[in-house]
Amino acid sequence: MSKIISKKYLSEKVVQLEIEAPRIAAKRKAGHFVIVKTGNEGERIPLTISQANINKGTITLVVQIVGVTSKRLSKLEVGEDVTDVVGPLGNPTHIRKVGTVICAGGGVGIAPLLPIVEALHNAGNKVISILAARNRELLILEKEISASSDEVIIMTDDGSYGQKGLVTDGMEQIIRQEKIDQAIVIGPAIMMKYASMLTQKYNIPTMASLNTIMVDGTGMCGACRVTVGGRTKFVCVDGPEFNACDVDFDELLMRLGSYKNEEANSYEKLVI
Amino acid sequence: MGTYSGRNEEWRLDLRKKIKTKDRIAMQRVKMPEANPLERIKSYVEVNSGLTEEQAVIEAQRCLDCVNPTCIEGCPVNINIPGFIKSIETRDFDNAIKVLKDTNALPAVCGRVCPQEIQCEASCFYQIKLKKPAIAIGHLERFAADYARNSGKAFIPQRDEERDEKVGIIGSGPSGLAAAGELAKLGYQVTVFEALHELGGVLKYGIPEFRLPNEIVDFEINNLKKLGVNFEKNFIVGKTADLEDLREEGFSAFFVGSGAGLPMFMNIPGENYIGILSANEYLTRINLMGATKEGHDTPVLKGKNVAVIGGGNTAMDSVRTAKRLGAEKAMIVYRRSLEEMPARDEEIQHAKEEGIEFLVLKNPVEYLADKNGRVNKMKLQQMELGEPDQSGRRRPVPVEGSEYFLDVDLVIVSIGVSPNPLIPMSLPELETTKWKTITVDTETMQSNIPGLFAGGDIVRGGATVILAMGDGRKAAQNIHNYLQNNGKSKTTASKQDNKQN
Repeated sequence: MSKIISKKYLSEKVVQLEIEAPRIAAKRKAGHFVIVKTGNEGERIPLTISQANINKGTITLVVQIVGVTSKRLSKLEVGEDVTDVVGPLGNPTHIRKVGTVICAGGGVGIAPLLPIVEALHNAGNKVISILAARNRELLILEKEISASSDEVIIMTDDGSYGQKGLVTDGMEQIIRQEKIDQAIVIGPAIMMKYASMLTQKYNIPTMASLNTIMVDGTGMCGACRVTVGGRTKFVCVDGPEFNACDVDFDELLMRLGSYKNEEANSYEKLVI
Repeated sequence: MGTYSGRNEEWRLDLRKKIKTKDRIAMQRVKMPEANPLERIKSYVEVNSGLTEEQAVIEAQRCLDCVNPTCIEGCPVNINIPGFIKSIETRDFDNAIKVLKDTNALPAVCGRVCPQEIQCEASCFYQIKLKKPAIAIGHLERFAADYARNSGKAFIPQRDEERDEKVGIIGSGPSGLAAAGELAKLGYQVTVFEALHELGGVLKYGIPEFRLPNEIVDFEINNLKKLGVNFEKNFIVGKTADLEDLREEGFSAFFVGSGAGLPMFMNIPGENYIGILSANEYLTRINLMGATKEGHDTPVLKGKNVAVIGGGNTAMDSVRTAKRLGAEKAMIVYRRSLEEMPARDEEIQHAKEEGIEFLVLKNPVEYLADKNGRVNKMKLQQMELGEPDQSGRRRPVPVEGSEYFLDVDLVIVSIGVSPNPLIPMSLPELETTKWKTITVDTETMQSNIPGLFAGGDIVRGGATVILAMGDGRKAAQNIHNYLQNNGKSKTTASKQDNKQN
């Protein structure tokens, strides 16, 4: 059981929860995730750890309300408990000083990007963050990302904030301006696909952090498998970060839809 | 108090005189009552319903109480088999459970899922000398355990004098529970760390309720709690805390029973399509997450034409589960013949009764999918048996040009698992084999890291519940020795220090 210490809506459909998890807070590194379950009949879902506070013994999770479990999580109030939280899982991001790094985050993918931006910045890299959202209202964590970035570019689909355009437009603009040594892309699978196609064109080593369907999250079920470099990998124990140009994003997109019908039905039931 | 089970005790002598050997031998082996196949496939009701008291007593009468009980040697945990069977014969059911619990922490589980036909029952005098059906040892074990559970008495073994040493058990599956029970009996402070949100490991996420109801596992775990074992769920040793952290928190020895890990796939084209999943995932969604129960959030894919790849017990569990979820065709696809199938005969028999189709000597080579990526066909290749391979079984060889397509909308891959990678990944100095299992001294179950013991699937790769429990028990004894010797050597060392001073 993990008690909710604070709760804040970052946008209409995105809620930030700070929960008590002292052991996880002490062990967590950038890139780690946890598996969360609400209620005895709940589902296990993976969520990246966005921030941690060792002194308070808390971790922060950012949840986009898309299905039954995220809806249930969003309904919990401060003082209530998240039934099960386990982690930190996955391999931490390999952080080292490489020079200039592009950190591109799309939508709620900005939340898992935050600890990586902080770690890369602390390791002495020049960090250029490119944050993309459909509109101004949906852009999250701009202030926090800015605090650890040398430069921040905002892209919105409708031009309501920053520049009008896609995340790739912002990335290409920077890539043309200066030498980029590494890129990190986190966001919807389709965004990561196009972002990595772009960086591949410019021969920039790129990491993508994948968020797949998982059940146990400890390497037991194989639900999270994805083809990387022609071989099947398990995101929970081999990832969640992979060399972006090796990832079969089309397969990833297909597999993310595995339970589309089942999920839609149960979400409908919950909401009605 | 204590158990009485010696062969030369008066009650045993009297019991042997009561019925003539000739009459005992003339009796027929009991038949386990079973739920009707056509009814049981509509629910998760347990297939075997258990012996009645009368059936159990009569079956116990068949046992000759041999001078040299070979059955005990056939049991991986050396249960005093005649001891508990004769207790049943004399209707001292309380004593039967005490004898069982002396060496087996989970008799209700073992009575249900042990392959007795290749262990104790295969070594029974009836089987080896008389060429008659063996005593139904498994059924009797289950009877004694169920009787005890239903009696409302808990039969908690006694703890030795309390000891201060803390022992950490990693994983709450059969090997971990067995080790925890033994160490608690010896008086140690035992904590079991479980990665999942439920206790029981494979007994919960793997074995379906129609073979092993969850309440039975929970009952045994509660007994361990009453014996003083602590359980920490949602705790992954190597992630949530590593071994070093736990040592600092006072743990002085560990048993790793982290079990099976990554499911194996065949690496054939199309294997990552939607609707193709590992047996682990399929069974976990249903058994652990309650995907088919009302009000549970976890979804599971259902299929009309379900193919399960493999021939082991897990494959049988999967295909019979698919049948219960309404599959019109639930099929086993196995590359060798029925004869080589590793599943228990009982499981294969039950599967056949339930209308499971067996496609033997066939191997999938490719999957096809519809426009949404959902599998809709599999390409099968006919196999034939060639020369025996290393396992002694005849090697399946593909028949050229024999490929054909079969309609499937759900495929469950059940061809084995590799050991759980989390502990070895977090301990680079831990010695492992090329199969990624933990290397242990087979006498002591100790790894190359002093005080770190291991057993079950993380050491064996893939084994049975009882072998895992046997490992746990053996490791517990050696952890006891290790802690005692370690303590003593420390005392001796300090004495020497004193002399030098």
